[in-house]
Amino acid sequence: MATRKKKSDPPLVIAEDMTIYNAAAQKQRLLDALLATERLEIDLSAVSEIDTAGFQLLVLVKREARRLGKEALIVAHSEAVREVLDFYNMAAAFGDPLLIPAARA
Amino acid sequence: MDEITSVFVTESREQLAALEAALLELENQPGDDDTLNAIFRSAHTIKGGAGVIECGYIVAFTHVVENVLDKLRNAEITLNSDLIALLLACSDHIGHLLGVLEAGAAGPADDLAIDGEALLARLQRDWLSGEQAVSHSGPPAAVPPPVHSSGGGAVETDCWHISLRFGPDVLRNGMDPLSFLRYLGSIGRIERLETLTDTMPAAELMDPESCYLGFEISFSSNADKAAIERVFDFVRDECTLQILPPHSRLSDYVALINTLPEDAMRLGEILVRVGALTQAELDEGLQMQSLAATGDEQAAHTASPGDESKPQIGEILVEQNMVQPELVEAAVAKQKQVTEKKAAESRLIRIQADKLDRLIDLVGELVIAGASVSLLAGKSGMGELVEAASLSGRLVEGIRDAALQLRMVQIGETFNRFNRVVRDTSREMGKDIELAISGGETELDKSMVEKIGDPLMHLVRNAMDHGLEQPAVREASGKAARGRLELNAFHDSGSIVIEVVDDGAGLNRDRILAKAIERGLAQPGQALSDTEIYNLIFEPGFSTADKVTNISGRGVGMDVVRRNIQGLRGSVDVSSTPGQGSRFAIRLPLTLAIIDGFLVGVGDAAYVIPLDSVVECIELAADASERDYVNLRGEVLPLVRLRQLFAMAGEAPPRQNVVVVQYAGTKSGIVVDQLLGEFQTVIKPLGSIFRNIKGIGGSTILGSGEVALILDVQALVQRCANSEEQRAHGTPPTRTLPAPART
Repeated sequence: MATRKKKSDPPLVIAEDMTIYNAAAQKQRLLDALLATERLEIDLSAVSEIDTAGFQLLVLVKREARRLGKEALIVAHSEAVREVLDFYNMAAAFGDPLLIPAARA
Repeated sequence: MDEITSVFVTESREQLAALEAALLELENQPGDDDTLNAIFRSAHTIKGGAGVIECGYIVAFTHVVENVLDKLRNAEITLNSDLIALLLACSDHIGHLLGVLEAGAAGPADDLAIDGEALLARLQRDWLSGEQAVSHSGPPAAVPPPVHSSGGGAVETDCWHISLRFGPDVLRNGMDPLSFLRYLGSIGRIERLETLTDTMPAAELMDPESCYLGFEISFSSNADKAAIERVFDFVRDECTLQILPPHSRLSDYVALINTLPEDAMRLGEILVRVGALTQAELDEGLQMQSLAATGDEQAAHTASPGDESKPQIGEILVEQNMVQPELVEAAVAKQKQVTEKKAAESRLIRIQADKLDRLIDLVGELVIAGASVSLLAGKSGMGELVEAASLSGRLVEGIRDAALQLRMVQIGETFNRFNRVVRDTSREMGKDIELAISGGETELDKSMVEKIGDPLMHLVRNAMDHGLEQPAVREASGKAARGRLELNAFHDSGSIVIEVVDDGAGLNRDRILAKAIERGLAQPGQALSDTEIYNLIFEPGFSTADKVTNISGRGVGMDVVRRNIQGLRGSVDVSSTPGQGSRFAIRLPLTLAIIDGFLVGVGDAAYVIPLDSVVECIELAADASERDYVNLRGEVLPLVRLRQLFAMAGEAPPRQNVVVVQYAGTKSGIVVDQLLGEFQTVIKPLGSIFRNIKGIGGSTILGSGEVALILDVQALVQRCANSEEQRAHGTPPTRTLPAPART
């Protein structure tokens, strides 16, 4: 992955919960960010809670990126995000590298 | 009990211990999410494991506990001490259920079952009844699902297949598909789940508060169809739900594909991925579908899937899969992580204790054989042989240490059990007690760890009951209201010392003495040192508690404690300061089997002194030969003359040596004829006739085949200390060693 790092803007950091309460604002933020760049990196390491609405946003931004011929990558997952993606069995479809913390072994 | 069950029991007990520790931690620091998650994980792991081995009663019980924990995690209920106590009781109950499983019984006995019911009822009434979704959350029915397969055409999978499409308003109504699916996971296992996002409109039109998700789920469970449907009761009006039982007919799946909104090809792909259908079944099904359209259904059953002219749907799909590089990449990465995780797990292996014992036995024999080899090599005078023998001797030593290390475990786990004991007991007695643990990483032999638990428990309970005072009494005597109990462990010259220290009232010297005289354990007017008086509490039938509580004080215990510890070749001592507290120190040998010894000779016989207790060796000055002490750099060192102690015949050689040994802080000198050097010693127990001989700890076999006795340094040092004390008090020794020979 590191070799593919061309001109990419700093990652979009989402720090608040990705729940239905924030979904509308976050949708706009994600789509705006995607429009502004060729390769959107999203940092979700600070997302302590994510629900289905938040998950749908991730699906949306991934799909939108593919439609526009761009890339949207989640570069960091929090435990909560990882867990939801795993549960919905979308981790493979998203194609982002997931890091399993060693302590969970 | 088969292997998987015994692994489950062992692991579940570990999980339970973790759960209990986390609960206690949570009590001290409420609102710590990490701890709460740890508790939930432990409970979940136990339930999952119980599900795998199909132990219904553990699943059923743990399931409800997990529901409560889940509510706690979602902050739907708040934690208080009642709930902690209840959860602790539940954790105990799970422990009992594990015991039932271990014993191989079909289910818990009536009284245990009633206990379980009572706990569940309390959980249900006090903590769960707020929400109906879980009110029917009792045990998943253990009834096997009725077999729906009717004749040919049944598909291979034995899982339920669930098709679920959520309506757009689900999220807005405050319901999250995630929680329903997680709940579904609690009545069975979600084997595969595919998320469908096809209905999500273009970005501009997509409403972030609407739900566009659908799921195809392969689900294995013993629950019946109604139970599965009930999971989705709350969203029944807002979702479409289709459930196919295990072994449904292929045509049912085709019918399902037809009902669902997505196109057949996409759905077929998903069904294959979920594992509901195999590729061949799908091909056959879709062909059946198209043929049915032409009205020629007969042909469908006879046509083999191989001879179609146009490319089958599955092939197209596989091609599609292959051209999605991201997907493959992610899958590979994930697989690799799973392997790495597995590798980390396999660093710990469980082996049977008797295999380990056999290894230690063999190593013991190897040590003896090795000693014989090096002895012969030394006699032969061949330089190369001596060198080879010493090299192999060094390796044997390494093997010995490594083998013994295998049996070593940290004592911390045993100590941590006492957190719970202290918590429960202090509540029961209305005392405020904090437990401080140090040296938990100290290692000792596994068998010793197991056997030390009971004596420790006794000492701890005793300290809490007799030692530590009520808060009011403490405050009156100017101490902090909160009592302090310490558990320490550390290594000290070849032994491990475990201390139980309290800052309570201390032992009452006069009362112990009075009681001892009343019980005939001591004579009135007998001059006894403080230490001797304190140690009287270890005599059988001794208890000074004025009132008998259910914690301690029945007069059984301290003598049993001492006997148990002596059975491990250890000792227990008590020291106490009135008003400041008391300290019980248990001293145990590090290992039971093989030690490093120091070989000495007296006359023709050889003796082994455990090397760990040897401090130094000095020459006995000729002018000191008549006295029983020497001046060791300004310190008085009492001497034990082995020649006299064991009544050995023959004259002492002109030059004798003194081996200075130390035990529990007291030094003595052992006078011997010769120093023969270090020697690896395999301890062989003495026969029961010799059990009462003081001063001998065991025997060993030398390389020459001769037998050497192992000196019990503790007994020798004590003998020195006693005789000194007695000399100071002017009373005759109470214990004598065999034959104090001609002086």
